[in-house]
Amino acid sequence: MPSPPVTIEIKVNGLLRAQMVEPRTTLVDFLRDHLGLTGTHVGCEHGVCGACSILLNGEPVRSCCMFAVQANGMSVTTVEGLAPQRGCLSKIQDAFCETHALQCGYCTPGMLIACHALVQNTPQPDEAQIREAIGGNLCRCTGYQQIVDAVKLATTPGYQVKEKSEPIAGQPGQVAIKEASND
Amino acid sequence: MTDPKHPAYNAFKYIGRHRRAVEHRRFVTGQGHYAADVALPGLLHVAIVASPYASARIVSIDTSTALSMPGVHDVLTGEELTAQIEPMLPGVDAPKVARYPLAKGVVRYAGEWVVAVAAETRALAEDAAEMVMIEYEQTPHVIDTEGAMAEDAPRVHPDHGPNVIWHRKFTWGPVDEHFAGAKHQINYRARWARSSTVPIETFVATCLWSDATQILDVWASIQMPKYPDLLAKCLRIPGNSVRVHFDVDVGGSYGVKRGLKHSILVGYLAKKLGRPVRFLEDRLENMRGGDMQGPDRIFDVSLAFDGDGTIRSMRMRAVDDIGAYSGRSPLQLGKPVGAIVGPYRIASVEYDAYSVMTNKTPQEAVRGFGQAPTNYAIETGIDKVARFLGMDRIALRRKNLIGKDEFPYLIPSGTRYDSGDYETVLNTSLSAAPFNAIEQQRDALRAQGMLAGIGISTCLEPSGGNSAFEPLFNAKNETTTWMDSCLIRIDLNGAVTALMGTSTSGQAHETLVSTVVGEILQKDPDSVRVLHADSLNALPSNSPVGSRMAIMLGGAAAGAAKILKSKLLAIAAHNLGVNEDALTYEDGNVFIQDEPARRLEWDALVEIAHRKYHRMPTGMEPGLQEKFCWEVPSGGQLPTEDGRVQMYPCHSFECHVVLASIDPDTGKTTLHRYVVGHDCGVMISPDVVHGMTYGGVAHGLGAALLEKFAYSDEGQLLSGTFMDYLLPSSEEVPSITIVDHCTPSPLTAFGQKAPAKRAIWVVQRPLPAL
Repeated sequence: MPSPPVTIEIKVNGLLRAQMVEPRTTLVDFLRDHLGLTGTHVGCEHGVCGACSILLNGEPVRSCCMFAVQANGMSVTTVEGLAPQRGCLSKIQDAFCETHALQCGYCTPGMLIACHALVQNTPQPDEAQIREAIGGNLCRCTGYQQIVDAVKLATTPGYQVKEKSEPIAGQPGQVAIKEASND
Repeated sequence: MTDPKHPAYNAFKYIGRHRRAVEHRRFVTGQGHYAADVALPGLLHVAIVASPYASARIVSIDTSTALSMPGVHDVLTGEELTAQIEPMLPGVDAPKVARYPLAKGVVRYAGEWVVAVAAETRALAEDAAEMVMIEYEQTPHVIDTEGAMAEDAPRVHPDHGPNVIWHRKFTWGPVDEHFAGAKHQINYRARWARSSTVPIETFVATCLWSDATQILDVWASIQMPKYPDLLAKCLRIPGNSVRVHFDVDVGGSYGVKRGLKHSILVGYLAKKLGRPVRFLEDRLENMRGGDMQGPDRIFDVSLAFDGDGTIRSMRMRAVDDIGAYSGRSPLQLGKPVGAIVGPYRIASVEYDAYSVMTNKTPQEAVRGFGQAPTNYAIETGIDKVARFLGMDRIALRRKNLIGKDEFPYLIPSGTRYDSGDYETVLNTSLSAAPFNAIEQQRDALRAQGMLAGIGISTCLEPSGGNSAFEPLFNAKNETTTWMDSCLIRIDLNGAVTALMGTSTSGQAHETLVSTVVGEILQKDPDSVRVLHADSLNALPSNSPVGSRMAIMLGGAAAGAAKILKSKLLAIAAHNLGVNEDALTYEDGNVFIQDEPARRLEWDALVEIAHRKYHRMPTGMEPGLQEKFCWEVPSGGQLPTEDGRVQMYPCHSFECHVVLASIDPDTGKTTLHRYVVGHDCGVMISPDVVHGMTYGGVAHGLGAALLEKFAYSDEGQLLSGTFMDYLLPSSEEVPSITIVDHCTPSPLTAFGQKAPAKRAIWVVQRPLPAL
């Protein structure tokens, strides 16, 4: 049953967001329904599929398995915040496109979060490390092969983003703020 | 990522080349637009009250407390809903098996929807759902598939009668004679457990009714032929009152995203309440009530063969447990008719097929539409014959595989296979493994105390789905076309836009269409915009079911582009004062072959078509917009009286070679080597095809090792979460090697067939060989 709303403050993709939420609101529902950040997806709501993965103070977590109030005062990075600038792609995002590491795209945001967290700590992971890092993210389309290929490609020394893109100037907000994931 | 080497690709500039998928950029940036992302002001949310029993009479329903709660707008029962709508069609001729979104009077499986609550948030709707009081009186149920066939079994639909909803015995060729003449016969049983494709996105339907326009707008994660028409019919509104927005992204489907009952329920509520309404399944609702469970089949097979391994004839009895209601599920016994002998030269077949109802969650169409279990049953037999004769299973396959010079090959059930070179694919797969090396590896594993074995399967994937199984399973259904279409326009600025009338659930249709259109018009595919039109703006489509989009949508897009190209040529010929056969079309520009300086560039041709009517050929329509509606090649015929039918036009082939081991102490299975040889003709987008192949293998591994919708004797689903229904992760799916081969289909626009994204479940085959 509903309880009185409480105010929370969460830094999301670098911007401080203050909102009133019901205490039972999950973090993923907060991101999607209150902030309109629909890139983060809901798959199983019991912490197995990983579609709802986000970075919480830089660590990958399931946003379906915690309440928004638990993230009060913390910083969150969602898939919308992974690119270095609006209009551009990160290396991992670009490599996903290059190796065709997705099909329906539904698990992709969570998968990108897992890969992003991996390469932050392990800049050149081997295949076993990649498979372990994405082992908590279920994909029903790709059989994982092209995702593994993407991470290998993105972490190849000298890999440059190939997607033709231009940074969109003067548009803060749902833009990658690097420090958000490095807190 | 390398470009294909086969000479068939030399004719193409864009087809078969590595190209980034158009769709992916929006997905990697979190800007996909799925049905749950559609934000409408005033949206109401639905929660469901489901039956706890497999079979029960509904004694009473008290909705008063729920209805009085703040934020609750409606509490809907089956009593009300059933009176206002038409039932969904049972697929076969069984009018008494009526199916509605909410149960009325009785429930027939645990998880069946009984009451729907609409409230201002999902949480409030769930709160209210808990306050709906329902009294049940349990009635006898039946869970066991074969038990349900007994005359005295509890009847799932008493008005219908026995639980067998459909049965037909087909005999194609002199089966008795072939069995009598064969030296040996083996009989065996193969069991395909109930599993499914289990997309990560559950089903979502959002509807908005406008009193002013009398239009019901629908956003749903749908993959289903004729969905707008069926929805309109069930809601008793005209077809042009339903507008399905096909531009939503669908988070996986592989056949199961049907959701008609969800959509009827939500559409009814939206119309009744005058508010937009959404039902977004939670995982449990998806697993037990969402109609997404797949084939559940018992095969009893007899094979007749000679001492040299020549297989002469097959008798196959297939019993499929479709659960408590029938949709298209019985028809899943139909697709295999079009490839009933797999890739083998088997001269006669008896196919005795039963579709049986039990008190379980209904079955739905699933990737492969019934072909995968059949392939599994056939491959099981091939290995058994080899073992019986003490013959090498590869040699046995070579002996029986249809030869490359035998195509087109007519199988006993009336389908003609278009093309293939099965033995070459088998050979290249074995070379890639390489077979000698994995035999040594197997022996080494055994020496370490592991159980280890090598599995091999060769199987067929029919594609380009037509409707032939519909009349085969229901004589009253005379559907003989399953067309698809595409509309292309070139605007005043020369940009090319293509429209299709279906949604996409990861098959990269925008990439497919833009590649094809780019190929025909010789324009950069990245400059071609492709849109998913809504159902009131779109041309006919039968959706991406039946492995058909590369063939059907690809063919439609090619057809429309060719018409436009010929129109440009006609404009050029008229303006240059020559016959069209004197002209060359190159990269959108047209010039006289012998005088290349006399030419009309793309922009000039477009300008004439849009603005300069006086320079158009007499009688030609101004503007540049053309559609093409393509019928399934070799389709268009009703089955013969004995059930012979041209089921699918194209037939892709796969060969799987797997080295697996099991640790006898822990039971842990490891796949050390996985090679899949694959021939689907010309691949329009090799990356897309390979992705589907990898994914299909993973589905097969799941079905073989991990996934099962298990039920208790009481009819309770025991695997309704991802804790119990296990999906393969990156640590269970091994690195996979794909070996491409290309035998173009003579029936399609570019020689394409469908990617082998489904029958790959035969990966199950190798493992019992341990």
